[in-house]
Amino acid sequence: MTLRVYVPYETTALSLGAEQVATLIRREAERRGVDIEIIRNGSRGLFWLEPLVEVETDEGRYGFGPVELDDVASLFDAGFERGAVEHPLALGLTEQIPYLKNQQRVTFARIGITDPVSLDDYRSLDGFKGLDKAVSLSAQALVDCVKESGLRGRGGAAFPTGIKWQTVLDAQAPQKYIVCNADEGDSGTFADRMVMESDPYMLIEGMIISGLAVGATQGYIYLREEYPLAHELLNKAIERAYAAGYLGDNIAGSGRRFELEVRLGAGAYICGEETSLLESLEGKRGMVRAKPPLPAINGLFGQPTVVNNVLTFAAIPSILGEGAEFYANYGYERSKGTLPFQLAGNLKQGGLVELAFGQRLRDLIYEFGGGTRSGRPVRAVQVGGPLGAYLSPEQFDVLLDYESFSKIGAVLGHGGVVVFDETVNMAEQARFSMEFCVEESCGKCTPCRIGSVRGVEVIDKIIAGDNRAANIALLEDLCDTMIQGSLCAMGGMTPFPVKSALQYFPEDFNS
Amino acid sequence: MDETQAGVLNTIEDLVGSIKHKPGALLPILHSIQDHFGYIPDPAIGVIASHLRCTEADVHGVISFYHYFRSQKPGRYVIEVCRAEACQAQGGREFEQYVRDKLNIGFDQTTPSQDISLKAVYCLGNCATGPSIRVGDDIKGRMNPAKFDRLVDELTTFKLELK
Repeated sequence: MTLRVYVPYETTALSLGAEQVATLIRREAERRGVDIEIIRNGSRGLFWLEPLVEVETDEGRYGFGPVELDDVASLFDAGFERGAVEHPLALGLTEQIPYLKNQQRVTFARIGITDPVSLDDYRSLDGFKGLDKAVSLSAQALVDCVKESGLRGRGGAAFPTGIKWQTVLDAQAPQKYIVCNADEGDSGTFADRMVMESDPYMLIEGMIISGLAVGATQGYIYLREEYPLAHELLNKAIERAYAAGYLGDNIAGSGRRFELEVRLGAGAYICGEETSLLESLEGKRGMVRAKPPLPAINGLFGQPTVVNNVLTFAAIPSILGEGAEFYANYGYERSKGTLPFQLAGNLKQGGLVELAFGQRLRDLIYEFGGGTRSGRPVRAVQVGGPLGAYLSPEQFDVLLDYESFSKIGAVLGHGGVVVFDETVNMAEQARFSMEFCVEESCGKCTPCRIGSVRGVEVIDKIIAGDNRAANIALLEDLCDTMIQGSLCAMGGMTPFPVKSALQYFPEDFNS
Repeated sequence: MDETQAGVLNTIEDLVGSIKHKPGALLPILHSIQDHFGYIPDPAIGVIASHLRCTEADVHGVISFYHYFRSQKPGRYVIEVCRAEACQAQGGREFEQYVRDKLNIGFDQTTPSQDISLKAVYCLGNCATGPSIRVGDDIKGRMNPAKFDRLVDELTTFKLELK
């Protein structure tokens, strides 16, 4: 019997040696005369266990990890093909690992199970079920379904997706566009990357459905250049989707058309802002546009455009496939559905945790994350990327939903959670926030362009003990100017981490 | 590669000509040129401007806006070091300092041997297993001084691959 072994082909797994592990397993099998098939699946998102090697048995898939090169021979010695064996890296049935079992995976239900670019694998796990249904529905019925699901944009701004789509559907224009914001620049986030690398057809399916819903025939995925593997796998998946008739001029036999192309960014964080992204797609400097007009009315090349995040599109196939109500049943109050949280930074168990809204931040950090990797106490957590506030441990009981976070002056954003232990210097972190804004500001509006430069200078003075009280007052004032006066979230939210650092960790600003 | 000036110009003409019909073609054009040469050679600016019917200043403005595009030939390898928060939380600041000291260069500089150029990057999406760096299209996680020393040895002597 052929031994089927899964070794992920995904950035984090590869960054920890998965390629060499796969090669060595193949060699070792050859040496021992074992008939083996190695499948390069995506990652399950249990990153602290990567490279996570799985073997298929009659009872299911057994996991072993993190596997290093030195472990390969001993896995064979232990008879790892039987699954339930004694080995220091043995994890039991992968799906019974509490970290995975205790999640509510809806969008990420398929992640890491299959070969990401295999259409057969995708179809065998409910792939294109949403599209099959969508082709039989009217555009308005599709938009209504998304509205009923309560889905809000997962990029960070949490705008109701159905309403955005309705605006584009209602707009009259010769050409409309679907644009996927895959410029996942927030530190501590990798959920978009995981979708694109480990389940790319889900994103493609979501974009096709969006095209059908608003009457757009051209889609672009604006992908950050920092994701070379996602680029490779997306292009492969798109090529196969064209060959199989899911893209092109006769989508799934419906007679309707949708074209899709990946466009690469070029290392500009600001291009994750939707209007800057559109400028960049048009071949220009990524300068932020004033809103209104909204992109839904006047977007790419001046045409009505849906701009949504990867996770927003990725949620669409299951909303269509399982029904709006199924999705809306998850969640808490006005935050419907699930959010894939990304546990990052100094954590024992970093990775992807998809949960319905409404659970406690504390559980995410300690139950799932297992506390810090360094073993020192947690001191600060930044949620929602570089523009998100720093939270201190007394705030960890906050519920994970958009409104609860907003009440404490924080943002859930794209669901990134970066944990710092007690060695962190929060004045340095505040300085970095301003420094990052200096580096990445598009330069269009003054509060952001100049304010960030002044912000670094003032924080330096505070750290140096130069006229502290007056400079802290000046910094607070500068932050308010940036919040009130900036065109977009870059300048408008950079003060959040700065102000929260100052408020909750004032002792770090004493020299 | 034909590195005469005429050869370079011909290559650029071909690359621009094959992409210029796309809507919003400038970024794809710049990517294809940098993929080919490792940077955007100065003569490319005039060629692109004439094909896209824009000014050279427009093209230059776009090149200079984006961190990724460079106008100087880099070293044989470009090492990008992540400076963002999730890596900082895992010792990224100390690691970054180690890298600068070890190579004795700063960001956007190249070692005198022309082997390695150093670049700052803000997030590689490998945030649960930092500090992270990128070499070419390879991202490497859980970096530390010992692993970095080994990497530099490999890059500056010969490419070691387990096949």
